[in-house]
Amino acid sequence: MVDKLKKQLASRPDILVMSEIIPPDCRVLDLGCGNGAFLKLLEQEKNVRGLGIELSQGKIMESINTGISVVHGNLNNDLDFADDFSFDYVVVSNTLQEVERPDHLLREVVRVGKKAVVSFINFGHIKTRAQLLLKGAMPETDNLPHHWYNTPNIHLATIRDFRELCRLLDIAIIKEIPLGGNGSLLAKTFPNLFAANCVFEISSNGTQATE
Amino acid sequence: MSENTDNLVEARDFLFGKSEEDALELDCGKKLYSVNIRYETYGELLPDGSNAVLILHALSGDAHVCGRHSPDDRKPGWWDEMVGPGKSIDTSKYFVVCSNVIGGCSGSTGPRSINPKTGKRYNMDFPVITIADMVRAQKRLMEHLKIKKWLSLVGGSMGGMQALEWAITYPELMESVIPIATTARLSPQAIAFDWVGREAILTDANWQNGNYSEGGEQKGLSTARMLAHITYLSDESMHHKFGRELQDTASYSFDFKHNFAVESYLEYQGRRFTERFDANSYLYITRANDYFDISAKAGGDLAKALEPAKCRFLVVSFSSDWLFPAAQSVDLVKALLKNRAEVSYCDINSSYGHDAFLLEVNTLGKMISDFLRNRLEAVHGR
Repeated sequence: MVDKLKKQLASRPDILVMSEIIPPDCRVLDLGCGNGAFLKLLEQEKNVRGLGIELSQGKIMESINTGISVVHGNLNNDLDFADDFSFDYVVVSNTLQEVERPDHLLREVVRVGKKAVVSFINFGHIKTRAQLLLKGAMPETDNLPHHWYNTPNIHLATIRDFRELCRLLDIAIIKEIPLGGNGSLLAKTFPNLFAANCVFEISSNGTQATE
Repeated sequence: MSENTDNLVEARDFLFGKSEEDALELDCGKKLYSVNIRYETYGELLPDGSNAVLILHALSGDAHVCGRHSPDDRKPGWWDEMVGPGKSIDTSKYFVVCSNVIGGCSGSTGPRSINPKTGKRYNMDFPVITIADMVRAQKRLMEHLKIKKWLSLVGGSMGGMQALEWAITYPELMESVIPIATTARLSPQAIAFDWVGREAILTDANWQNGNYSEGGEQKGLSTARMLAHITYLSDESMHHKFGRELQDTASYSFDFKHNFAVESYLEYQGRRFTERFDANSYLYITRANDYFDISAKAGGDLAKALEPAKCRFLVVSFSSDWLFPAAQSVDLVKALLKNRAEVSYCDINSSYGHDAFLLEVNTLGKMISDFLRNRLEAVHGR
């Protein structure tokens, strides 16, 4: 079962990084849980108690098939079903760029979660920068396969943008794990230019002690 | 015909409450004696007792969920598309039980039953019952069948109310509940429809204060059913099903006989309902619905009311259901999440209105079958 789930998630290095950050026996909220494979993996490997939120009926059905708890919900709305700090970890994997107001969602994420892990596609990556500079057209890459007019990614950002938003929202960055191709040293040294993807571990400043 | 003979089922009766101690205590303070529960079972209970599923029927349903009583039966049970061998609620995997609610008129004790004290029909002397009373009677059946714990309780509409009542009254006795197209407290809108439906019955001269003679016309019950039927459909489904089509006439007749297909349909549904349903049962069961509010005992605090519940929940609503709108399921789900209960929820996209719980067989069926499979695997530690 675990191997099957890992296979399903193999194409998502950010998910594997997140699964290493999340400690055992905690309560996890996965925003945009997809088919529920990640939560199932966490339940099996780390004995977490998981809850997924998902908008798509098809994905909710897949999640029920996977066997996790999944609730139909829209991330453009407040997470008013959850009390403050009622989850140990909130997972936002490649979802932030699809919501109407990433700033509102982030504020909610650090309200309901003691900590959160957020991953997103870095728009500052050299490939996207090069396309914009050389072609003068919106970049289309493996990570961003859509055209500008039909993309669900309506709020793309760079790693630098995300850091700045955290500062504005008074959110503490606990860890920043840039992900380049083949674990490249360049991505670690110059993440905003060479990391295709980035995982942040964050929490609300002050109200919760960081490690 | 082979399909019809494959799934032959038998209705059974369980009688209890002959003595003072064994009688069923009701919320109204009265006791019900010599209570019969009409039920059906399908499939086999596993030796470890882990695969029992209780199906709870809606207002006009009965114990006959699926299959046929005889190969000549024109129609199978009311949820035959969902329940049966190899179907979503697979009776070759699960031991499925369904019973007629008390107050009903399809075999279980209700207004049409003989009052042991008078030797005559109860009619309007039947005590007013509640959803909790129905559930207490089902609990007695559970004991009779020697079922230790339900794998799941599944019910739509009023059946969902019973499932919720079970979850807070007997939290140790189930692994999961699946409340579908339902609510934790009947809305004022639904109460209003029930009121008008009952008024139609109560003001029908033929009803004779409940002592109506069978075979006579029952305009009151028929009107109540027509009204209720409208609330089970949606604007979109009515457009789709009837449009403005005329029936039995090529043009407007310029009188008040039915002209439109939708009128003819309602008339037919109303009349057919009077052939199988007791007007008094209709009064009692709708009243039980009106009184249903699991938050009442907790001063209106739904989360507090749900605190005793320990099982997993799969809550389902339908996007076009305006009798039990999604918002009411969302309230339920939020209250459960506040309690950190294990809950899944989907608002299924459907144009069928409240009736969707009987019609969206593929989507709902897949969810239920996957959910049940996971619950059974969890019980078996897989």
